[in-house]
Amino acid sequence: MKKRIDILFSLFIFLMLLSSCKKEKHLVKIEGTRIEINESISGNSDIESFIKPYRENVRKNLDSVLAYAPETYSKRDGKLNTAIGNLMADIVLEQANPIFRSRTENTINMVLLNYGGIRASIPKGNVTARTAYQIMPFENSIVVVEMKGNHIKKLIEYLQKSQQAHPISGLKLTVDANFDIAKALINNKEIKDEETYFVATNDYLYDGGSEMYFFKQGGKSYTLNYKIRNAMIDYFKKVDTIAPIVDDRFTQIN
Amino acid sequence: MKRREFVKQTAASTALVSLGGLGLSSFSGKTKKITILHTNDVHSHIDPFGPEEGRNANKGGVARRAAVIEKIRQENSNTLLLDAGDIFQGTPYFNFYGGELEFKLMSMLKYDVATIGNHDFDNGIEGLLAQLPHAKFKFVSANYDFTKTVMDTFLKPYEILIKDGIKIGIFGLGIQLEGLVLKELYKETKYLNPIEVAQDMSRILKKEEKCDLVICLSHLGYDYKNEPNQVGDLSLAKATEDIDLIIGGHTHTFLKKPTIVKNRKDKNVLVNQVGCYGLYLGRIDFYFDSQKNKTSSGHTIIV
Repeated sequence: MKKRIDILFSLFIFLMLLSSCKKEKHLVKIEGTRIEINESISGNSDIESFIKPYRENVRKNLDSVLAYAPETYSKRDGKLNTAIGNLMADIVLEQANPIFRSRTENTINMVLLNYGGIRASIPKGNVTARTAYQIMPFENSIVVVEMKGNHIKKLIEYLQKSQQAHPISGLKLTVDANFDIAKALINNKEIKDEETYFVATNDYLYDGGSEMYFFKQGGKSYTLNYKIRNAMIDYFKKVDTIAPIVDDRFTQIN
Repeated sequence: MKRREFVKQTAASTALVSLGGLGLSSFSGKTKKITILHTNDVHSHIDPFGPEEGRNANKGGVARRAAVIEKIRQENSNTLLLDAGDIFQGTPYFNFYGGELEFKLMSMLKYDVATIGNHDFDNGIEGLLAQLPHAKFKFVSANYDFTKTVMDTFLKPYEILIKDGIKIGIFGLGIQLEGLVLKELYKETKYLNPIEVAQDMSRILKKEEKCDLVICLSHLGYDYKNEPNQVGDLSLAKATEDIDLIIGGHTHTFLKKPTIVKNRKDKNVLVNQVGCYGLYLGRIDFYFDSQKNKTSSGHTIIV
């Protein structure tokens, strides 16, 4: 049986103040403790019943089945690209493009998100809105940036340098043993310096998050007001079974 | 002089700790006790963690915290409940209700004062303002200048509370938002140098308002060893004076005991932080002796 209040520390400070006749109260002792909130404490029932309807509503919304995952997908299942990262980037491309096209008559060419932004795995079994909340707990929205080919090179340098499976879509990178570029393609074509590409990312990264400063050096940007998480939920509603794989979009040859 | 030496020697001896219970009777005159309870970085963690959630398993939960606080208040009605920011963001409760439930529950728990963390801007400054009517407690922020935002006039730099005749001044400090929060969320909120602001605040609270206790609610973070230019609670404590207690947040630092820091006048400041997600409740008791004729000699710390 754990102690109800786990007092880990007790500190006493005795103060004897120099001033002898001031009217102030004298601080004589300070005592500090840390109380662990654990299962030995029975919760306040008024608070419990106040939370209950909120909890039930959240659960109802989060736990309805949207799709099915035949496997568990973790961001640790690939070196330079992962099934879950590929899925996220592909979802952004697929879900954001109709909106972007209807607003600008242009097409998103590629997507770059960040590896650190994948906050959970997709467990085998039912995929729910909760899954999307766990993978993407943040409120980040999709931003499309107009970038010239020579700016895309900065983006590629970033990927060469970080050597991490940052989610990408539309871009195909092959590096050699030294992480020098062997091949870099957008939509299976060579990247041209003066050509304009539309790159989708999220507002956090566009703002320089994860040191992706190259986005701000690009051209015009378009805020779609479409959250990454909502794009995922909309996609899960659309499909019956998700089947992401580790593929050849970012690979290393020796 | 002799007495001072005696106190020093006693301080060096750890035996006194184990002898422990120097009860209230040890002090002459009527002793007043102020209990400060505090949380930080609760991040919308309303329900306890489930049994499968690693080191946090079965810990936390607002209803349990409420029960603990209620019991402490029954023992000492002169209790203050404070939060050092990042109330928002971390569970779907925030995504669904935008912070409404967090503020309503904190009001039910009778929080007195809180400060603003970077994640409290996650639904924009408008999103924070929209939830303020649900908060029956006060927010303090001294180094965010909200003059050019919708938040203007809704927040005060400090609050003064009086418990059992003891005057307690509480001011708030927040972290630099640039690079941490999207500009479109915090808008024209201006970040002011926390050390300069803290010096100003503690002077007002201690010297002008004559508070018996000055508390800083900080969302600056505990310590930045590798970034000397980043102000944390430890460097704040060292660089200022007249602050008695810094209750921190942001870095999710789990302190088993408060850190004692010497301020620029060589006086002790307590810095505390209780990790995150409502896994712990911090408690600091201040005992005051109202006797006027007291002789003295520096302070003694026995840990």
